[in-house]
Amino acid sequence: MDQHLTLALAGNPNCGKTTMYNALTGARQRVGNYPGVTVEHREGDAHHNGRDLTIVDLPGTYSLTAYTPEELVARDYIVERRPQAVVNILDATSLERNLYLSLQFMELGVPVVLALNMMDAVRKQGKEIDTPLLSKLLGVPVVETVARIGGGKRELLDAAIAYTAEKTGDWKPLTISYGPDLDPVLQEMVAVIEKTGFLAERAPSRWVAIKFLENDEQLVKLGLQSDAETSATLSGMTAAVGRHCRSTLKISPESLIADYRYGYIASLMKEGVVRVIRPQARLQFSDQLDRLLTQQFLGPAIMIGILYAIFFVTFHLGAIPMGWVENFFAWFSDVVSATLPDGLVKSMLVDGIVGGVGGVLGFVPLIMVMFMMISFLEDSGYMARMAYMMDRVMRAFGLHGSSVMPLIVSGGIAGGCAVPGIMATRTLRSPKEKLATVLTAPFMSCGAKVPVIILISAAFFDNAASVMFWTVLGGWIAALLVAKLLRSTIIRGASTPFVMELPPYRMPTLKGLLIHTWERSWSYVRKAGTVILGISILIWAMMTFPGLSVDDMAAFDAQRTTAEATLSGAELTTHLVTIDNQASQEALRHSLAGKIGIAMESVTKYAGFDWRTNIALVGGFAAKEVIVSTLGTAYSLGEVDAEAAEGLSIRLAADPSWNRATAVALLVFVMLYAPCLVTVVVIARETSWKWATFSVIFNTGFAFTLSVIAFNLTRALIGL
Amino acid sequence: MSEMMSLREMKVNQKGVIRMVSGEGELGRRIRDMGLVPNTDVMVIGKAPLKDPVALRLRDFTLTLRNSEADFIFVDSSEE
Repeated sequence: MDQHLTLALAGNPNCGKTTMYNALTGARQRVGNYPGVTVEHREGDAHHNGRDLTIVDLPGTYSLTAYTPEELVARDYIVERRPQAVVNILDATSLERNLYLSLQFMELGVPVVLALNMMDAVRKQGKEIDTPLLSKLLGVPVVETVARIGGGKRELLDAAIAYTAEKTGDWKPLTISYGPDLDPVLQEMVAVIEKTGFLAERAPSRWVAIKFLENDEQLVKLGLQSDAETSATLSGMTAAVGRHCRSTLKISPESLIADYRYGYIASLMKEGVVRVIRPQARLQFSDQLDRLLTQQFLGPAIMIGILYAIFFVTFHLGAIPMGWVENFFAWFSDVVSATLPDGLVKSMLVDGIVGGVGGVLGFVPLIMVMFMMISFLEDSGYMARMAYMMDRVMRAFGLHGSSVMPLIVSGGIAGGCAVPGIMATRTLRSPKEKLATVLTAPFMSCGAKVPVIILISAAFFDNAASVMFWTVLGGWIAALLVAKLLRSTIIRGASTPFVMELPPYRMPTLKGLLIHTWERSWSYVRKAGTVILGISILIWAMMTFPGLSVDDMAAFDAQRTTAEATLSGAELTTHLVTIDNQASQEALRHSLAGKIGIAMESVTKYAGFDWRTNIALVGGFAAKEVIVSTLGTAYSLGEVDAEAAEGLSIRLAADPSWNRATAVALLVFVMLYAPCLVTVVVIARETSWKWATFSVIFNTGFAFTLSVIAFNLTRALIGL
Repeated sequence: MSEMMSLREMKVNQKGVIRMVSGEGELGRRIRDMGLVPNTDVMVIGKAPLKDPVALRLRDFTLTLRNSEADFIFVDSSEE
């Protein structure tokens, strides 16, 4: 009796499944990815009546086809891991559509317990659901719940435990009639399957037959591998009945199956499962809100306001804890500097490790604030409305209505960050559109590019605001056009069906928001942290080794000794700083990064970049903030603070190798070239290393081409 | 007075009953999985600011789809 139980939580998106999952498991959760796909696997523990339970939160789906990774993951989990029961959460306010998924679990045969969630909303709508009747008609336990307040969760677990104790044997699949055209062939197919034991280890024979009729890509492929002969027989039968259906009914068997499933649900409803007690004359709250929030002119205006508010809050509120983290690392690096003797170990600790880890952790407050708000928009239902309003525009570029949010967060308004932006693409369920969004988000004007824009405009242009405006706009144009380019070449293909639910507006629960935010931040720290630490050390090493030769070092030492002998006071200090800066410049020039920078001059001269700019751009791959400070070192101004770079801009303006053409070319290049390291790691996490590598190579090539064009065009225009 | 028309042609606040869904493959399946099958009552409750996508009410929930997807759905409409 003391056996450990595994319950799989399943249901439609927006049915309150995650809320129920949080209510059942509390903080005892584990999040990972299913192997090979970027679908999250969450499981958590619960105790109930002395029983240990593992609760697995399956991805939210409307169906169990093979068309999306979410649906495949959900059904593979059930078929392969065989949980003791599926706890199917249903949004009881739209019972019919929610039962469509339940039927598919029941056809599979796995023990199912139904949780009619949001019963409070049902009552508010003046409706009543005859739960015992539904339970009797379907032959499975049905429990009423209100997940937001944890209502009915004990009864749900009671029912699940009792039902698993009762259902210990084989799975008992539900048989639905698919009408006079499909039922006979289904029977024949079942006979063939049962005779040969075809895929018997996987699923019940009728389910296998239905999946063949649905032309289910995954199952047909599995069948071909395990028993090619039976598979061919079944495919032949499918093709024959398919021809018959198309000629007589003008419909495919797959479509017919879906129609009959809804027919079955309609017959249940006719028994009087749902009763309307008080008919609602006036519009429901959610519909009233929609009249306002998606109104032709007001809707977009309110949306811009909300986006701007989110942006403002994230990067202004987020800046406060971000400052704490930065201050902590600055303090920590001071402590390390003060305790350790000068030398390589200190340099590696301070510039490599503390700098690298600090860089990763510096984003955490930003990610937390951002995800708090994105979760709010998502859970409240507003995100779906944004996608609805923006889809027509985004679709023109091969993107999806839901691409707007990630692009804006990435820097669609100057000062964003591509890291939370790309993480926000998780709400996008269309794989091609998601990929195009992920790959173009780094073109936006993130906060780390802003100091470069300010530096360049201060040095070469009078109107910094207008430079900023044009670079931000340029980022958008580049992102949308490249998205269009990618979607018509390497990510070509028809857009994924948009068909999307607009869930009723709901007030999100604080607990849900906090758990969601915590998960995102923690997974970022854990996964991104390790890779970035390694590469930060590598880049530090590139900019440090081999360093100055013994002779050069001696020459600088001699200069210092001379200065100390001839000068004194403030003059001496200034002179010593100048010597130090020259020494750093020489060291950087002799480093591996410096050699790369010099070697690249032969190519980069076409865009007007000399070796100093090249090093800064190489360093900028670690983090774009590094560009300004490295330029400072390369121009022997010592470490330049990215926020206060007046000295550097004066120096650049006076430098004969710099002019407006170089400035424009650099702006174009910095806006578009390889995403920073943290972003690359996040791209790899959200897609794959293949696409992350692609983004580094493609963006750099694209940026270089455009900056060469910009350089020559500007030169021609200003007559150089 | 009723006539068959594609869902795209329906106006806001117009009601109708789905008679035929012609899409196949993933699109056809998605449409049907969401409950857009023959004999379902639908009402167009709104259109996005650029007149596409369109928002529908059916089976007690709200669904939105693009006009290009609405083309596959044929409706027997009643005047409202």
